[in-house]
Amino acid sequence: MAEELKLFRTWSSVFALRIVWALKIKGVEYETIFEDLSNKSPSLLQYNPVHKKVPVLVHNGKPIAESLVILEYIDETWRETPLLPEDPYERAMARFWAKFGDDKVLTSIFWGVFLKEGKEQEEAMVEAMEHLQFLEDELKGKTFFGGERIGFVDLALGWLANMISIFEEVAGLKMVDEDKFPLLAAWMQEFADSPIIKDNWPPRDKLIAKFQALRDAKLAAAASK
Amino acid sequence: MAEEVKLFGMWASPFSRRIEVALKMKGIQYEYIEEDLSNKSPSLLNYNPVHKKVPVLLHKGKPVAESLVILEYIDETWKQNPILPADPYEKAMARFWAKFLDEKLWPAAKKVVLSKGEEHKGLIEEIQEHLKTLESELKEKKFFGGESLGFVDIAANIIFWLLVVQETLGLDILTEDKFPGLHEWNHRLLDDAVFKECVSMERLLASFKVRFGALTASK
Repeated sequence: MAEELKLFRTWSSVFALRIVWALKIKGVEYETIFEDLSNKSPSLLQYNPVHKKVPVLVHNGKPIAESLVILEYIDETWRETPLLPEDPYERAMARFWAKFGDDKVLTSIFWGVFLKEGKEQEEAMVEAMEHLQFLEDELKGKTFFGGERIGFVDLALGWLANMISIFEEVAGLKMVDEDKFPLLAAWMQEFADSPIIKDNWPPRDKLIAKFQALRDAKLAAAASK
Repeated sequence: MAEEVKLFGMWASPFSRRIEVALKMKGIQYEYIEEDLSNKSPSLLNYNPVHKKVPVLLHKGKPVAESLVILEYIDETWKQNPILPADPYEKAMARFWAKFLDEKLWPAAKKVVLSKGEEHKGLIEEIQEHLKTLESELKEKKFFGGESLGFVDIAANIIFWLLVVQETLGLDILTEDKFPGLHEWNHRLLDDAVFKECVSMERLLASFKVRFGALTASK
């Protein structure tokens, strides 16, 4: 059966990476369209008129936006190697933690710690540490958040495994201390070393340059207010 | 089979009310515990240590938090009167719109309540952009879910709260002339037996007037 599957992404978007990982895990073939967000293609604007963002997955001409929504769609459409558990309660827990990752962890670490400095950064750090502790506790007795193998929550939180070291280098401070968060640090390593994940990280030097520029611009804008 | 279903909620929280709608739509018996959010119960803090918020659903002793997560759990556990469509693409669309409501419309509506008069214009424009998007999504449909109430309609209950906000502050946001579809949808929802039970418009209005009505005096 000829399926048309396209993924609109950028070279660096961690949200788009989730989709790359998921499709690789499921062994699904697809076409990649790289977007330049400063010059969005008419296709992207047509397929995601509401948010005008990546990633967008287009399956047989029908577009889906929002990475966690796309992940669930992928899981329901291609049933091999399931990302979500079968049991409704376990599924609810997975959805809860993925949401926590985006709503709280990402927000406090990226918008709070990484893009700020001084007192604001200190306050965000306290919050971030609380959030990371919840993740640390959630990993007890498990290799991955999904259990024995990578699952929905691992893909949702996977950005930690790559981006934390980038943020730490650019901002010049430690965010995930192996002594404070041994399980989380171990998970980050385990996830990053997994074959599919390892092959799909964006180039480190490019990421450093990009996020250095982002941080500099943000701090300059804040200082000039 | 005796199932223990408990809902920790608060009458003025749209997120909590969503769960009541879903449980009632499916005819599920449950015990309701009204939380005083200024004095949260040890149970609530025990069952939702991460967010310490309502709603929390307790099923056979196991807690589920976050309203949209709870709705999906309810739909997967009790299969009668499905809330989400069966088709994966339609399901994805429903999840997309619920997310839009919570991540775009709700924060904008909250900001309006907490802002001063001069800031209102920009915020109202923002909210109306989102409402325009929703209006065109609704199109000719009876409900966001199509012929019958679904996931997105339940999530869109926050629109009632927007109406209370606009009346309290004397603002024109969701007006009939600009948003005829949403206006009609709103009436249809308030006519629905279950939805009617799960929103207390007069009580909300009275409560909002006390809490936020004073702000209009300082305009």
